Amino acid sequence: MVRFRHLKVFMGGCILATLFICGVAAPLLAPFNPQEQRLEPRLQAPAWMGGQSAANWLGTDNLGRDILSRIIYGSRISLLVGVTTVILAGLVGCFLGAIAGYFGNGTDEAVSKVTEIFLAFPFLLLAIALMAFLGQGVINIILALMMSRWVQYCRVVRGEVLSLKQRDFVTAAKALGGKDFYILLKHVVPNTLASITVVATFAMAIVIISEASLSFLGLGVPASIPTWGSMLNEGRSYMNRAPWLTIFPGLAIFITVFGINLLGDGLRDMFDPKLRRQ
Amino acid sequence: MIGRRLIGAIPVLLGISFLVFLLMHLAPGDPVVLLLGDDATPADVARVRHEWGLDQSLPVQYWQFVSRAMVGDFGQSLKFGEPVLKLVFERLPATVELAVVSLLVAILISIPIGVYSAIKRDTLIDHAGTGMALIGVSLPNFWLGIMLIYFLGGQWNLLPVAGRIEYGIEVKPITHLYLVDSLITGNLTAFWSVLQHLMMPAVTLGTALAAIVTRITRSSVLEVMRQEYVMTARAKGLSERVVVWRHILRNALITVITILGLQLGALLNGSVITETVFSYPGIGDLLIQSISVRDYRLTQVLILFFGIIYFVVNMLVDVLYTLVDPRIKL
Repeated sequence: MVRFRHLKVFMGGCILATLFICGVAAPLLAPFNPQEQRLEPRLQAPAWMGGQSAANWLGTDNLGRDILSRIIYGSRISLLVGVTTVILAGLVGCFLGAIAGYFGNGTDEAVSKVTEIFLAFPFLLLAIALMAFLGQGVINIILALMMSRWVQYCRVVRGEVLSLKQRDFVTAAKALGGKDFYILLKHVVPNTLASITVVATFAMAIVIISEASLSFLGLGVPASIPTWGSMLNEGRSYMNRAPWLTIFPGLAIFITVFGINLLGDGLRDMFDPKLRRQ
Repeated sequence: MIGRRLIGAIPVLLGISFLVFLLMHLAPGDPVVLLLGDDATPADVARVRHEWGLDQSLPVQYWQFVSRAMVGDFGQSLKFGEPVLKLVFERLPATVELAVVSLLVAILISIPIGVYSAIKRDTLIDHAGTGMALIGVSLPNFWLGIMLIYFLGGQWNLLPVAGRIEYGIEVKPITHLYLVDSLITGNLTAFWSVLQHLMMPAVTLGTALAAIVTRITRSSVLEVMRQEYVMTARAKGLSERVVVWRHILRNALITVITILGLQLGALLNGSVITETVFSYPGIGDLLIQSISVRDYRLTQVLILFFGIIYFVVNMLVDVLYTLVDPRIKL
């Protein structure tokens, strides 16, 4: 069991490390300039799929741009948006969820009203509306996604805290004279960490997929920056003639998200003291 | 309790409508110019703006929107030229049908796998279950949709790739849910056609939900299995089936219900992109169309609808909380 747990962390870590290296060292790793258009090798299949150019490992798109190079450069946006959004949304959501669940009454009412307003927005619409208002851009997409993701943390943490605060150890801590914020930080919140890890894992995955969705709809980052979602959107028109235009960017998103989930699962198993004891 | 929640919904719905109203109006671009095109003269633009009340101040426009909404008058769509409520109700059943079928697909797959994985922890079955869930949760739904269209629709020609029913097949509208209507009228040809059209979108929309619920169910059941009352139940000599169904599942369902409640909203959101990929004529598809031409009247109403649906779901989740775990007080 311990080996399997470590294997998940190792595999997930390796996938993420590879993507991190790809993102940071993209100019060194990419065989071509991702924006370089060449008319001769347009819609060239990968060599191993019967294509003629061995230089373009994953083929070329309708403008003759190298798919592999664009995927390598696309990893930058996915990782940047994913990591930043999850951290910011987690901080806001967990704080509000914990105080709402623990203090109840007016605090819970106020936080719940705000979360209800945000939760009532269809996520994509909220992101689309914000992007329409803010305009395309990496910072804007982080803001738009953060504003629509923090509520997930908030609701789950609130639910957990609602249940935890009825438990004997909290009553005992109160009876011993523990201050509310001390009990919340020292006894209640640590017991929600397993759930937060699960939520954060899903959130990271969802954020990366959402960024790709917005780019797929043409609402993400500007067209001058290659992203996996925009590659999928461009490739859709050529699906029957050149399926590699949609297969490889989609695989890149899938492998990234798969790696994050694998890592999150392994970390949760490792850090959960109850699981470790068993 | 429900009455109190309903009263509490009013400020939330007003907040939603106000935020959306503000965002749609502050966003760059003029809906009239977008609709009339670049060739429109300034006089034409001014006339249409006056006709639609867009030359009024923002508070006046918002007040008009709210006061009309109270009597069910949401005005005409700027793009389609029809009452927005009519457009929404025409498309709503398609989305409801898609969401319900996707939810059923997700629940039927996820809860048995999640429970069984937890009970058979660290066996091959558990690894297969969690592995499938990992793959499911990692698949971007629009990519899954595109791949299904490419393979099942394009390469193997097994399923229709777009629409809600085959062209030429009619369904007598009763509930406007084609699956239900075709069954009521005994029109099996239509039923089969609708089912075929729903398969790919429902799998696309339901896969991520199934994966998430499988993971949460497994993790929640494992958590409950460690509790002392479960050990006590086993020590009392209760059969494993009674321990699982009466003691573990009931408590594990609290987290599962929370996630299902939250994910129902995601299901409606996911319908936006799924309907776009499959050209499925629901309100998600309508929403993207209305946003692209900045038909703000239609957009506002659609968001309000999503808001109402979501609020009702959240309220039901809260009520279910208290039924499943009496220790929780709302």
